[in-house]
Amino acid sequence: MEQTQHQFQFSEKSLKKVQEMKTRYPEGKQKSALLPVLHMAQDEFGGWLSAPLMDYVASLLDITPIEVYEVASFYSMYNLKPVGKCMFEFCQTGPCCLNGVEELIEYTEGKLGIKVNQTTADGKYTIKAVECMGSCGSAPMAQIGTYYYENLTKEKIDKIIEVFGQPDFDPFKKYSI
Amino acid sequence: MATKLLLEHINVPGIETYDVYRSKGGYRAVEKALKTMSPDDVMEEVKKSGLRGRGGAGFPTGMKWSFLDRKSSNPRYLVCNADESEPGTFKDRYLMEKNPHILIEGLILSSYSLGSNSTYIYIRGEYKWIVGILEKAIAEAKNAGFLGKNILGSGFNLEIYVNNGAGAYICGEETALIESLEGKRGNPRIKPPFPAISGLYNCPTVVNNVETLATVTPIINMGGDEYAKLGIGKSTGTKLISACGHINRPGVYEIDLGLPVDEFLNSDEYCGGIRKGHELKAVIAGGSSVPILPAELFMKNAAGEARLMSYESLSDGGFATGTMLGSGGFIAMDETTCIVHNTWTLARFYHHESCGQCSPCREGTGWMEKVLHRLEFGHGHMHDIDLLVEIAGKIEGNTICPLGDAAAWPVAAAIRHFRDEFEYHVTHASKVKDSRKAHLPNYKTATV
Repeated sequence: MEQTQHQFQFSEKSLKKVQEMKTRYPEGKQKSALLPVLHMAQDEFGGWLSAPLMDYVASLLDITPIEVYEVASFYSMYNLKPVGKCMFEFCQTGPCCLNGVEELIEYTEGKLGIKVNQTTADGKYTIKAVECMGSCGSAPMAQIGTYYYENLTKEKIDKIIEVFGQPDFDPFKKYSI
Repeated sequence: MATKLLLEHINVPGIETYDVYRSKGGYRAVEKALKTMSPDDVMEEVKKSGLRGRGGAGFPTGMKWSFLDRKSSNPRYLVCNADESEPGTFKDRYLMEKNPHILIEGLILSSYSLGSNSTYIYIRGEYKWIVGILEKAIAEAKNAGFLGKNILGSGFNLEIYVNNGAGAYICGEETALIESLEGKRGNPRIKPPFPAISGLYNCPTVVNNVETLATVTPIINMGGDEYAKLGIGKSTGTKLISACGHINRPGVYEIDLGLPVDEFLNSDEYCGGIRKGHELKAVIAGGSSVPILPAELFMKNAAGEARLMSYESLSDGGFATGTMLGSGGFIAMDETTCIVHNTWTLARFYHHESCGQCSPCREGTGWMEKVLHRLEFGHGHMHDIDLLVEIAGKIEGNTICPLGDAAAWPVAAAIRHFRDEFEYHVTHASKVKDSRKAHLPNYKTATV
């Protein structure tokens, strides 16, 4: 069934937050809230931005859908396709490479049977390779959900795969690994 | 003894809370400024301090503030650049996570001086959890009467808001940041007009880095003249350096500018030396955009004088034999590092982060990445090396914003100082191929 924007409705709490955000900017400049509201939409509706979801965001901020699409496609943190609940975002820039992230990405690919930019068939895991995350002193690292997991080793990857594959895994929570 | 202004109380338990920060003398500078100083007085202290932009450019902060159009009938804005994304740099993150109130205090002081009643912190999207830390600190400061209406009876009103980005290095460039804060793609604007005349919502705007604005707090506490006594020459004060790579003690350190590089690299107070059994090969001293230097040119300038951690000493010799202090993103590499590989990963970074507006950068960064990739994986030709130099030269200076330069410099510098390694990748191609799992035909930088 085709999705329409009417299928999406933020929770009361989120709607209140959107209304509050709009007041942070001068009259008529509510578009400034677009990036934060897109993050909220992505977080609340399954980790990615479908076109109807972006239309819904446009309607909330009184802007045209194209203004949302062009922004969503510019910034690398917005997922325009479905991703796993546990999404490894490995930093692959210079300092992380000095500390062996490439081997770790390969290891994770092998463990999960997928390549970078792929999602496992069960929809649980995605691997992405991203650019510098500001974690160079604790490399190698990956962001998973809200938090950074740093000084990663193969053992830590094993543990993450085990724990973050459980049904009660919450990507917005910090886990000690 | 090293001076600690920003990190003085960093290890005090609870320093991230208002109560503990206040008990350590926090918000005294706001009381001093709002009760005894005019907005111009605050700017004068910043000018006297000699503070220079800590985001990478090193432009004098007081001078930047003086350019703000105060005659305009439009509102004025201060925007805090917390989009820290320069590879090797993680100092602002550390400061915001550990000591958010020193930034909030600096923002109140700076907003008062500049006349900003709505100040925005634009923070990179990946620092998701820090948004909560900053918003908590803002709420605490407001609860204590340091934000809101008529602060301390001065008649000055201020609200501070946090706005998160969504993964774009380019938004660290101030006009791209402004575009992004307006809810648009992060395409840098053509200057002039400069933000000081026409910035956020086409109003007069100052954009400063996190560390720069946090440093206004100790400057007001101690006075600009006292601050200027720290450091060396035109590199006044202290600087946060984030150190990473093949060192024993990676982390964020506050140094007095002018600290000898040897001490910074080898003292146990700072980097603690190169990891055991290895030796220093090369250093990127100020974030990935600044030219890489071989160990000997990093430790001593071309004249054989020991280098210091200062804007002037690190740039001594120009790009031929010197580099830049930049953002303070310090990356040390030992002899196991392949310079071709490292340069390729950095070129990939800039290609990914180019906004695509200017063709020399959009196309050139992609070409450099591809050529470096084939050299790295043993498919390169000897003429590729000069081709890279040529592409870098054609990007540099030909783009709206400095990302083009930032992409060109690391490639040009790597070839300038380590040409033999690039040649080796051609002359020993089969050996290189064996040691790399070459996946050239399928190579692309797709995103999800």
